[in-house]
Amino acid sequence: MTSLQPNLSSTRQNKQAHSTRISLPWVITIGYLSLILLLPLAALITRSLTIGPVEFWQIATTPLARSTYEITFVTALAAGLINGIMGTLVAWILVRYQFPGRRIFDGVIDIPFAVPTSVAGLVLATIYNDSGWIGQLFAPFGIRIAFTRLGVFVAMLFISLPFIVRTVQPVLLELEPEIEQAAWSLGASEAQTFWRVILPPLIPAILTGMALGLSRAVGEYGSVVIVASSIPFRDLIAPVLVFQKLEQYDYDGATVIGTVLLLVSLILLLLINLLQQWSRRYAD
Amino acid sequence: MLTKPKASVILLSIALIYVSVLIFLPSIFIFYEAFHKGIDVFWNSINQRNFWQATKLTLIVTAITVPINTIFGLCAAWVIGRNQFRGRTLLLSIIDLPFSVSPVVAGLAIVLLYGRNGWLGGLLAGLNIKILFAIPAIVLATAFVTMPFVAREVIPVLEEIGEEQETAARTLGANDWQVFYRVTLPNIRWGLLYGVILTNARALGEFGAVAVVSGSILGKTATLPIFVEQAYKNYQAEAAFGSAAILALIGALTLIFKEILETRTHH
Amino acid sequence: MSITVSQVSKKFGNFQALDNINLDVKPGTLVALLGPSGSGKSTLLRTVAGLETPDQGKIKINGRDTTNLDIRKRNIGFVFQHYALFKHLTVRRNISFGLDIRKKSPQAIKQRVNELLELIQLQGFGDRYPSQLSGGQRQRVALARALAVQPEVLLLDEPFGALDAKVRQELRDWLRRLHDEVHLTSIFVTHDREEAMAVADKIVVMNQGRIEQIGTPAEVYDNPANPFVMSFVGEVNILDHTSPLFKRTNRANSASRLFVRPHDLEIFETPQKHHVAAKVQRIVHLGWEIQLELALGDRSVVSAHLNREEFSRLELELGQQVYLEPRQVKYFEQDQLNYHASSTSNQQIAV
Repeated sequence: MTSLQPNLSSTRQNKQAHSTRISLPWVITIGYLSLILLLPLAALITRSLTIGPVEFWQIATTPLARSTYEITFVTALAAGLINGIMGTLVAWILVRYQFPGRRIFDGVIDIPFAVPTSVAGLVLATIYNDSGWIGQLFAPFGIRIAFTRLGVFVAMLFISLPFIVRTVQPVLLELEPEIEQAAWSLGASEAQTFWRVILPPLIPAILTGMALGLSRAVGEYGSVVIVASSIPFRDLIAPVLVFQKLEQYDYDGATVIGTVLLLVSLILLLLINLLQQWSRRYAD
Repeated sequence: MLTKPKASVILLSIALIYVSVLIFLPSIFIFYEAFHKGIDVFWNSINQRNFWQATKLTLIVTAITVPINTIFGLCAAWVIGRNQFRGRTLLLSIIDLPFSVSPVVAGLAIVLLYGRNGWLGGLLAGLNIKILFAIPAIVLATAFVTMPFVAREVIPVLEEIGEEQETAARTLGANDWQVFYRVTLPNIRWGLLYGVILTNARALGEFGAVAVVSGSILGKTATLPIFVEQAYKNYQAEAAFGSAAILALIGALTLIFKEILETRTHH
Repeated sequence: MSITVSQVSKKFGNFQALDNINLDVKPGTLVALLGPSGSGKSTLLRTVAGLETPDQGKIKINGRDTTNLDIRKRNIGFVFQHYALFKHLTVRRNISFGLDIRKKSPQAIKQRVNELLELIQLQGFGDRYPSQLSGGQRQRVALARALAVQPEVLLLDEPFGALDAKVRQELRDWLRRLHDEVHLTSIFVTHDREEAMAVADKIVVMNQGRIEQIGTPAEVYDNPANPFVMSFVGEVNILDHTSPLFKRTNRANSASRLFVRPHDLEIFETPQKHHVAAKVQRIVHLGWEIQLELALGDRSVVSAHLNREEFSRLELELGQQVYLEPRQVKYFEQDQLNYHASSTSNQQIAV
């Protein structure tokens, strides 16, 4: 009995020492999150609450605000849809094909992640304007890309592509070739194999990637502000409107549109989480 | 016999053309535009006071933000990767929030918090501390948008290696610091380094949030990405592309690092 | 339905995966392709299936030349080691996949799926997803899926390789019973000699892209054609001419080796003429079987297996002096040994 005594107290000491020391990372994590992230967002939400529901609704739904939502979301959705298809194709090619320069091709996909948005905007504006490398190919047909809504679309395509590729790629890698071979051995044609066997397990990943890209595109500022002319009702997007309102010291206006954008990102974040859960549905 | 070569070639071509037109060509164009008139033109275009100030400011902001976010990222990764608690998924989502929030909204939130009528703005103004349109606000905005990278990269590595090695070290008498320094850190080093590199790249390149909080005053509060935009707006295309090329080069180096780190962690 | 493989060769780069393979599988038999990894057994199976195209040679299924026929038209059933079930489809939809493709009527499909669910003893599991099944259940679903389209031949690539020992044994017994009922011509690939012997009518032993021997389980075990087969289908002591066990015969020379299976070494407590003395160095109890390590005079060690009765009759103890007499031995010449050297020595380690 007596021999147990010191043992017991030392374990208790140990435990205490342990728990006080482990709390430091907790303090840093929660403290830093609060200071850098939560406090500013709380300030934004509180500020928008002081505006009052009626006025909030009025500011949030002015014709200009509504047009910026439409331009932002519809363009972002269109870019998401195109990249949903093209990104899946690119991922497919990266996983299934061997060709010279494959690794470089793979690296190029990440460029939109690595390049500052203002640089992207600068180069897209230059290359897609009427006299630019690509823009001049379209100008004779009366198609202007830079400084129009098409420019916004191209910028959104640019920034959202890696999200889809990088979400679909790992899922494709895990999809064993045996799955296809099994379908063939049961008599399925190439098309039947694709639609019935390959595509269904990819769909959650494709949708997740599209939602991630959409979320990024909806909030995009840097590249669009340069590649678009930001003319109201033509190619002015919601984040640029927030910026303009701030420049005009219209804090209420900026707060309201900013809150709408924040809510949209929260909804998209929730959607992404749900999609990710859904994609784990059939996993072992 | 089973893959039709014709279809393969068509699919491959479509993907290659799409990525080339959308991403590869524009990337090459940056360097073409910056250097095609010769290195002297490039040098003269960027050799101006505003450029050097922007470079200096960018380096200062990065030098402050990256270490702080690395420490935070490590702590957050440990909290999430080594503990089971209620709200763990919620915490993870909160850490991810900066990935989905628009940089402009992030900047706006900082302006509202530290502005004259904000919760902290009045207090700090009383103490004569200037936050907005100065380095502190740029650091805060950069820290906001780059917050998730380190934690995001370290958490999966931490979960993959498991706790066994750490427990083993503890049974051998190592204290918490020794366990971290001798066992955990060597195991997570590549993931950590990758996270730091991503944080660094984003910190150097952040535009939207910084544009909102800094006032974008050339020669004073403009960082390099803002200098790119301002130079372009002021019809100094050469200066814009010169500085863009420098930022793009850093981006390219980041991708090369990433490639190296990925091959390391996978073998 | 018969399967005929004639003079089939296949190379992957510089690696000769199949080297002039000739094989005739009679209708209704269950044949095992047995060999170490890299022996070409899976490649041969995949070539029969149409998942690989041979560089040379011909494959005939039921007399029809299928060498260049698309896998979809070969009417084969294929079962993969890791099941390859469609994870997004229920058990029922997995099984009916081939029937859906063939546009059978809904009633016919339903009836056939019910039959198969009964056959694989998974009635009531039809609406589950593969992730909700155990490994053994998944492999049975994979088998039902392959059988649903009534293939002419059934090909199984290490079908039990991913399962744990107990399930493995159950499933292989089940496969044997199933085959006795259905009599579908089947080829299955395995690296497990016990599995091959327990299930197959005929065993095809493969090594380095070649067929070493074809025979019934008893034939390959009792009359192995060469040292590789002898060591691959069972444990064996390999002794050179310096070993006392080999020296006592008059065939000992430096160019040959003596092969004797551990259970073919008889042990005596008192010496008789020609017996070889040995010392008990280690005793391992494996339930019914007792394994002994015996040190011979030249310090080489042989392994001997006794059953429990023999062991308790002999009352052996560690360090005890005993006397050996082989019941049955095989001699192989050096040139045969060299030819098989690498794979044989690998096998020794694996056993």
